[in-house]
This record gives sequence, C-alpha cells and structure tokens, in this order.
Amino acid sequence: MLSILDIIWVLVIGIIVLGFIAVSAMFLIWWERKVSAHIQSRYGPMRVGWHGVLQSVADAVKLLLKENIVPAGADKLVWWLAPFIVVVPSVMAFVVIPFGKNLIVKDLNVGALYLMALSSVCVIGIFMAGWGSNNKYSLIGGMRSAAQIISYEIPLILSMIIVSMQASSLSMQKIVAAQAGYWNILHPNMALAFIVYIISATAEVNRVPFDIPEAESELVAGFHTEYSGMKFAMFFIGEYTNLFIISAIAATLFFGGWQGPVLPGAVWFLIKTYGIVFVLMWVRWTFPRLRVDQLMGFAWKVLTPVSFFNLAVTGWLLLK
Amino acid sequence: MRPDEISAAIRAKFPQVKEEAGTNYIIVPKESILEVSEYIKNPPLSFDNLHCITGIDRKEKIEVIYTLYSIGEHYGVTIKINLTSEDLNIASVSAIWKSANWLEREVYDLFGVIFSGHPDLRRILNPYDWQGYPLRKDYSNPQLIAKPRL
Amino acid sequence: MDATQTKDIYTEEFLINMGPQHPSTHGVLSLELTLDGETIVECTPHIGYLHRSMEKIAENRTYTQFIPFTDRLDYVASMNNNLGYVMVVEKLLKLEISERAKYIRVIIAELNRIASHLIAIGTFAQDLGAFATPLFYCFREREKIVEIFDQLCGNRLTYNYMRIGGVLTDFSRDIEEKIKKFIKYMRPKVDDYDWLLTYNAIFLARSKHIGVLSKEMAVNYSITGPNLRASGVKWDLRKDEPYLAYDKFEFDVPVGKNGDAWDRYKVRIEEIRQSLRIIEQAIEALPQGDVAVKVGRIHKPSPSETYFRTENPRGELGFYIVSDDSVYPYRLKIRSPSFSNLAVLPELVRGLKVADIVCVLGSFDILMGEIDR
Repeated sequence: MLSILDIIWVLVIGIIVLGFIAVSAMFLIWWERKVSAHIQSRYGPMRVGWHGVLQSVADAVKLLLKENIVPAGADKLVWWLAPFIVVVPSVMAFVVIPFGKNLIVKDLNVGALYLMALSSVCVIGIFMAGWGSNNKYSLIGGMRSAAQIISYEIPLILSMIIVSMQASSLSMQKIVAAQAGYWNILHPNMALAFIVYIISATAEVNRVPFDIPEAESELVAGFHTEYSGMKFAMFFIGEYTNLFIISAIAATLFFGGWQGPVLPGAVWFLIKTYGIVFVLMWVRWTFPRLRVDQLMGFAWKVLTPVSFFNLAVTGWLLLK
Repeated sequence: MRPDEISAAIRAKFPQVKEEAGTNYIIVPKESILEVSEYIKNPPLSFDNLHCITGIDRKEKIEVIYTLYSIGEHYGVTIKINLTSEDLNIASVSAIWKSANWLEREVYDLFGVIFSGHPDLRRILNPYDWQGYPLRKDYSNPQLIAKPRL
Repeated sequence: MDATQTKDIYTEEFLINMGPQHPSTHGVLSLELTLDGETIVECTPHIGYLHRSMEKIAENRTYTQFIPFTDRLDYVASMNNNLGYVMVVEKLLKLEISERAKYIRVIIAELNRIASHLIAIGTFAQDLGAFATPLFYCFREREKIVEIFDQLCGNRLTYNYMRIGGVLTDFSRDIEEKIKKFIKYMRPKVDDYDWLLTYNAIFLARSKHIGVLSKEMAVNYSITGPNLRASGVKWDLRKDEPYLAYDKFEFDVPVGKNGDAWDRYKVRIEEIRQSLRIIEQAIEALPQGDVAVKVGRIHKPSPSETYFRTENPRGELGFYIVSDDSVYPYRLKIRSPSFSNLAVLPELVRGLKVADIVCVLGSFDILMGEIDR
C-alpha cells in the first residue's frame, strides 16, 4: 500500500518534472528564436528582459489569456483530447531519463523499450488533431504525420536496439554505465546508428527537413491550423519537450549520458543534450523541406536497410 | 523580314487581308482569322508566339488586336480584326496558340467579345457575376470617378 | 495496381481551396485543387482578387499622371514598370532622350532587376521549406538597393522615378559611390547563395525535374523572361531587340537545360551576376549631360497607336497604347508577364504532389499585382 509519504514523494517528483518541462520548453523556444535570428543575421527577441529571455513567459501569458476557439464543425471530443495526447507521452518519457548518477525518477529495467513505446503514442494525438479539426489542410497534415512517424519508427527503434545489444540491457542507467570511459559514438557501428537515430528522431518530432505534417508553405500549419490559445501552446510545449527528449536520449545512448570529468553529472548531461539540440536547430534553419514521397522513400529504402545491416554487423561483432 | 515584307507575304496568300494605312498592321476579316492563324503559325512565317491580345472600343466598332512574334526569326506582326457591335462573335485561336486561352478570356471579360470554340470562356479579372463590360466606352458605374481637372 | 484490386475500395477525390489566403500563393491567388490523396488531379486558378481596373483608370488620367499607377503593377520591380510605360509614351511622342538618362535608366532597371530576383529566390526557398534563412539573406541584400533608391527618389517601394523624357533626379556622387560599393558587396553574396541553396541535396531533390516546361510549350504559352530562358530558349529583349543603351554593354544571356523549377531558379541567380556586369560597365561609362528633356507635364500626341515591350524581371512587359486627340490615352493595354506565365500552371502541375505545386508556383515567380492589374 502507498503510504502518505509515498504520495507526497510522487507529487514532489511530479511537480519538479513538470516544472522542469515548462522551463525547459520555454528556454528552448527562446533559444531557438535567438539561434535562428543569429543565423539569419538579425537579433530576435530583445525587448522582454535581458536579450529577450522573458519573451517566452510573455508569450505564455498571452496564450493563456487568449480565447479558445473551437471550429463549428469540429469533432469536439477528439479535438479536445488531441493536445493532451500529444503532451502526455513526452512528459512520461522523463521517467526514465537519467540526469545524473542518482538523478532519475525510476530506472525501469525496460527503459529503452518504454521510450520506444511512448514515441509512437504522440502520433495518435497528432492524427486526432488533424481529424478532429474538420479542416482539409489539417487532415492532410495528420495523415502525413501518421505515415511519417510509422515509417521512421523502424530505423529509430533499430538504432536504439543496437545500443541495447552493446550494453546487454534496456535500462538507461546500465546503458550509461556500459559507456564508462568509452562513449558509444566512438565505435564505427554506433556512429552509424547515431546518424540513423538522429535523422529518424528529427522526423519523429516533425522538424525541418522532415516537417511535412505542418509544412507551413503547403498546409498553412498542418494539424494545428485550427488550434489557438493554450491548446496551441500545448502542441508547442509538446514539440519542444520532444526535441529535448530526443536529444537527451541521443546523449544517453551515444555520448555517455551524464558521465564526464570534473563537473557534476547533471551539468554534463545538459551540456550534451543542449549541444545536440543546437545541432538540430542549426539543421532546421539551414535546410529546405523534403517532399512526402521522398521522405517515405528515404525511410524505407535507405534508413531501414542500413539499420538492419548495422544490426547484423553489431550482432556479429558481439558474438565473435 | 521587314514588317512590310511580312504584310505583303500574308496578303499574297490571302487576298481578303488588307493593310492598315500608314502602319504595317494587317486587317483580317473575322471569318478568315482561323485560316490566317494556321498559315502564319507554321513555316515559312512561323509566328510561334502569340504575345498579346487586346481590344479597343472605337464606339462604332470593336477592334481585336493580336500581337505576334517569332522567337526564331526575330520579327513581329500585328493583326487587327474589326467587329461591329451587333456581331461580337469571333473564332478562338486558343487551339493554335495556348497563350490565347487567358488572353481571350480577358478580352471577353472586359469587352464582351465572344470567342466561339474557346474551351473555357469565363470572366477572368472581374467577379463571375459581374454585369457589363468595363472597358467599353459606354460602360458606366456610379463608382467610377470622373476625369481630374487639369 | 490493376482494376480488380481496387474495385471494392471506395475512394473519393476531394477539393481543396488553396488561397486567396495562403502562405505561399504569393498574393491573393486562389487555386482550386482537386486532389487524389496528395496527387493533384486538376488545378483551376482563380484570379482577379487584386483587380483595380488599371486600364480603365489609365483612360481617365493624363499620360504623366499614370506613371505612379505603374508602380503598383509589379510592385517588386516598380522601376522596370515605370520604364516600360514611359518608354511606350516616348515612342508614341517620338521623343528622344539624353544619353545620360539612358544610362541612368539602365543602371536603375538592372538594380531593380537584382532586387526583384532576390525576392524571387528568397521566396522560392521559403516555399521549399528553407524557413526564412535564405529569405532574410536576400532581403538583407535588397535593402542596400532600396536604400539607394530611397536616396534617389525618396521612396522605398513605389518609386515613381522615371519621367516622360528622362528621369526625376540625377545621380549624385554619393549614389555613384554607393552603387559601386554595392557591386563589390553583392558578388560574393551570390556565391554564398550557391553554397547555401543551389547545390543543396534536398533543394535539388525538391526542384529538379519538377514542373518541366518544354521549349515548344513555353513559346506556345507565351512564357517570357527567365522562365522562358530556363526552358532553353535564348531570348532576351535586352539582347534581341535592344532598347536604351543595352547594345553598348557586354553581358550573357543565361539559359537553362531542362526547363524545370531548378533551372528557373538558376537562371535568376545567373541573371543577378549578369546584371551586376551591366551596372558595372554602365556606371564606368556614365556620360555627362542632362537627365531629362524639358517637355512639360501635359502631352497631346497625334492619334496613333503603338506597342512597346521591355524586359522586366518577370518577363516581357508590354504596353499597347492608343492615343486620340486629347491629353488622355484612349486605351492602354498592359500585357503583364506574370499573367501569361501563370496560365501554364494547370498544365504543369497535373499529376504532381501538393508540395510540388508550391515549388512550381514559386519557381515561376508570379506577382498578383500585375496579373490582376
């Protein structure tokens, strides 16, 4: 039975995680705006706080105060639920992410599997948003998203399996421990797995060059065209939380997680994670977008075979 | 070829075609627009580019003017067709030059010239339910602003 | 898939209205798309949302009064529109302008061509999903040109700089310096675009072999300007029917090979380089003299009609002008390049994907201001 202390403990952890998510999403939004601005030879937000650091807070307040518009023809229940289904899995993913030696909510022994499972829940929310809006652009966006995420799930999972094979465990802490002194990225087969992972993960969170579900120039805003106010903000938070998570997973699986000299584990972890986030931002503000059929072709014809090949090679290396 | 040579070449082939006094514009009777177009589209004249179609309301008649160029041969010709206000029907050349499609729609929209044989003769610049043909000289609309005082 | 497999599956085409409010229709263009999944079955453009009856207005204004209206045709290349209009009136009046005015007009027209092509490139990249970065770079460069124009005539978008018989103001030494500086500044920037975009693998994948416009089709549809040249037709009015002082300058006419979206983009990039060459030669050889013939503001040409066309950034802008015995034009027909360029769109996009229609439309660089007039 749960004692009262346990419940308080769970609440405290929950508040810390949610607080971290909110702050991290806000920070990432501000940072992305600054990074994109400097890439584009402009300043970005400068007015609210030092170099606009409080811009995201101002935006959040604005979004909270905005009217929540429901389209007349919307499928109400589906439409209401969609943003929650997008956000909840990304919050749940924080359970198994090791921020430090003891800084993990719960080191599940199926941690990696748990993350793989969560990553495919998000698509249901996006598809619900597309369907529930009763808007043709949103519907196309939702359909694209479903097709895209299902396709990229396979190389993503395969590249995560390779890491699990190396560490002979699905537990995130054990995967980190297995990289003591020698990061996974330094193995050639792992480096390949990392490349496959980062590409699929970018597609998984709908970022350029794989942002076809919300392709601005084609579908206006894709699946979240009809959302406003806090519902829109939830998609936004979901998106940036996912961005943090895929980078955190990449840092854990390939870059030795929280391990590093001198500085405390959590600092190392955040440095690595934000380093990968920065690379993804850099990519986003540089590349054009792929077309939907090219995107599918790339997943099935290139990434999936490469992953299977890599899997076979890794298996052979481990057994010989 | 010089403009007068082109004009002479067309007139030699089609006796019904006239030349406008003082210019090298050729005036084609409206019945023979299709055969003249067919002829000048192909070699030896090869006017492959129908650049512009426009109308002019001369009050007693409406002129339809075709501006043609030959990309390969570097010369041009202007064809004029006179339509009386009673009979504004004319054969469409959109099967010969694809560019005629929209250009003819525009002349229809603004002058009310009916291009028979046009695949899709709808208004193009004005709304589909617009009344009247704005570029005719007798067109009036309460919202039209009078000429400025000089 | 053969018929027996699909017999029992019930599918339906669906209609989607792209525009008049849409991020990538470049203005108020409305495309009625019939889609089979993501594939375009039919595309019907509806235009006229920006129709301001320019041609009717022209009949109620004097020849000089209509110059500012031409700014609003192709508002990205106002100088070139000004130029086309004043040149047709000068042809009607049989007016000869001074050598210096000709050179200034060439320089200004080419500067505006660069500005216009920069917008074309930037928005094309934007349409392909390269979100904002190339667009901002292009606008950064365009700003320098706009500053020069601002100093020259006091306006940043609608210049109203050309006059019947010459131009509004003479170049100051400062402006000459600025233009020279701009040429030096711009050359490496064009190479930057090659690095950022032109040979980017995703960019190539998106724009190569998309919306292929064959030579014959381009000529038949009366496509002009960079779009025609991208299809491999070496036709440039500046070279083939030189007006102003274009016959005095050395420049190449870039042509494409396949006539696809990438070629149309590439031709624009090359044209920027050629325009820089022209400006460089013109500013070196700028003759002295007056910039305007004194002709007064009211013109009364004898009854006649004439047609004149100039090479605009988007294609050939033609004016058919008819005069009668008054100070107003009897009829002014504006033959705008984008109008003809857009007419080919339905044929090009049939069978392509939704993403491609944006790419094809972007590569044509249409502008609703001059389509709807």
